[in-house]
Amino acid sequence: MPSDPLLAQHVLEFPGGYTRTTGPVVGRFLSELRGRRIVGVRTKEGKVLVPPLEYDPASGEPVTDEYVEVGPAGTVTTFAWVDEPLAGHPLDRPFAWALIKLDGAGTALVHAVDAGNPKALAAGTRVWPAWSDHPTGHITDISHFVPEVTKIVANVRAEYRLQAGGALRVFLEGVERGVFLGGRCGTCEKVYVPYRASCPECGNAIPDPIELPDTGTITTFAINNLPDPRAPQVPFVSAYILLDHADIPMIALVGDVPAHEVRQGMRVRAVWVPEGERTASMANVRWFAPTGEPDVELS
Amino acid sequence: MRDVAIVAFAQTRHAGHDTGLSEPEMIQPVIDEVKERTGLGRFGFTCSGSCDYLAGAPFSFVSALDALAAWPPISESHVEMDGAWALYEAWVRLQHGDVDSALVYGFGKSSLGDLRTIMTLQLDPYYLAPLGLDQLSYAALQAAAVGADRAELDEIVRRSRADGRSNPYALDLPDPDPGEPDALVAPPVTDGAAAIVLAAGDLAGQLCSNPAYIRGIAHRIEPHYLGMRDLALSASAADAARAAGVGKGPVEVAELHAQFAHEEIILRRALELPGETVINPSGGPLAANPVMATGLIRIGEAARRILDGDARRTVGHAAGGPCLQQNLVTVLEA
Repeated sequence: MPSDPLLAQHVLEFPGGYTRTTGPVVGRFLSELRGRRIVGVRTKEGKVLVPPLEYDPASGEPVTDEYVEVGPAGTVTTFAWVDEPLAGHPLDRPFAWALIKLDGAGTALVHAVDAGNPKALAAGTRVWPAWSDHPTGHITDISHFVPEVTKIVANVRAEYRLQAGGALRVFLEGVERGVFLGGRCGTCEKVYVPYRASCPECGNAIPDPIELPDTGTITTFAINNLPDPRAPQVPFVSAYILLDHADIPMIALVGDVPAHEVRQGMRVRAVWVPEGERTASMANVRWFAPTGEPDVELS
Repeated sequence: MRDVAIVAFAQTRHAGHDTGLSEPEMIQPVIDEVKERTGLGRFGFTCSGSCDYLAGAPFSFVSALDALAAWPPISESHVEMDGAWALYEAWVRLQHGDVDSALVYGFGKSSLGDLRTIMTLQLDPYYLAPLGLDQLSYAALQAAAVGADRAELDEIVRRSRADGRSNPYALDLPDPDPGEPDALVAPPVTDGAAAIVLAAGDLAGQLCSNPAYIRGIAHRIEPHYLGMRDLALSASAADAARAAGVGKGPVEVAELHAQFAHEEIILRRALELPGETVINPSGGPLAANPVMATGLIRIGEAARRILDGDARRTVGHAAGGPCLQQNLVTVLEA
């Protein structure tokens, strides 16, 4: 209670609520709702009023006694989004009020739509009722409407075991020693890194691997804002790094530098994990860090 | 038809918060003011408009009679509607021909409760009220149906508040913030009252040098349930305007009971008001919205232009129910 003696709280309330008779038409509608069916009533002109009224609002004539099952799905004609629901609203999270023309109805029903966000709704959106668990014959037996199912989530998961053999094994054994191994094509002279057994351009076998320095130049890069388990933080930078003497860049993380300072032509060097922790894995290279040398003009 | 004219109009300096005045205390000054202007102490008929749910007390309008000097007993009636409909009842009463003057007043203190949810209580108890559909929510549905340009709506709010600032009776509200999110601008919570004196026949000219003659007055209603109407239009306002004869001559000023900017757009179209008609020079309900007096004030403001000699033909409009369900249109002429 307020502490100001001149200020009083006053509550107007009817404990237990008013008892209201429904009459036959509203009563039929609510009884059908209790059975999880939505009905309208046909007017003399043939229009189906949903929810049913005792009199046709257009003519004042009593409606017929023909009840027509409609919906349960319908089409949103107009909606208004509620960002902050009130205590008395049908949903306690943001939702939309909507006019819903149920299939087979000649008028629109006012109800709430749980759509997640306003962009999920438009005039024409198809919606279906979500029923309350224990219908009692009340308009809130329809808890709310939800948009029609238009997509599902399909989970995919398969496990594999990969064995590094051949050229990859040679390369990774080099990485274990702290060396990047590449290969020079005997025909076109291009140097590929990681080491590979044949030239993809000429098709010729590449004989023995050659050692390449662990310094290079960033040719292009991307700033990534989604977390990745291999990256130290978000945002992180992944870059194409052209190792010195190589003709093909390899992709790696760039670290020890703010993302916005990374640029094309920047000179970088691999940051290796300490010798005792090294394995035959690219995890040996934490990332590439700037060397501080002047930038290189990229051709 | 007897000629019936508005010969006096008074309103409170409306408050944007509860000043603690009781309803009779709030009403008395405006009643005194119209009595003084007309020199009448008693009236052939008295009719008021108010809503018990605003104060949360049954028959709260009865205590308001304390402001009138109702003894010896007066001939009195009340509508649980805006005072504009009390004016309609008084106009009908004067058509009987046996009395020549009527006092009409409307009043409300919407500061006492949460108007937005109190308005839910006016909705049909089977289909709408149990959903908790509130005043802003149904207005937002109608705004969505109209689909007006945001800039047009903002300009209506800006113009209304600017006009309100130069109206000593309206609230002092700032220009809307253009950075505000794309939300409905609600009318201000307002406490206030208004009174009008109607006079019939020769009495009108005797009480006032420029009576504002009611040349047309009509009200129409449409289905309550929102899904049974085209919310982008107001068929009932258009019907009432035709019946009142709005289009029979130029309209210099129209005071519209538009509580939301989109309602002004709907009503302009329904009343077929041309661009030259000045809309809500008082600031309208967006500058002061004493619920249950707001509609009566529209008629009073429209009459005031004629009483002051500033205009020769004006229109006052009042609305009730959710989404402009019921509309009353009055054509006033010098």
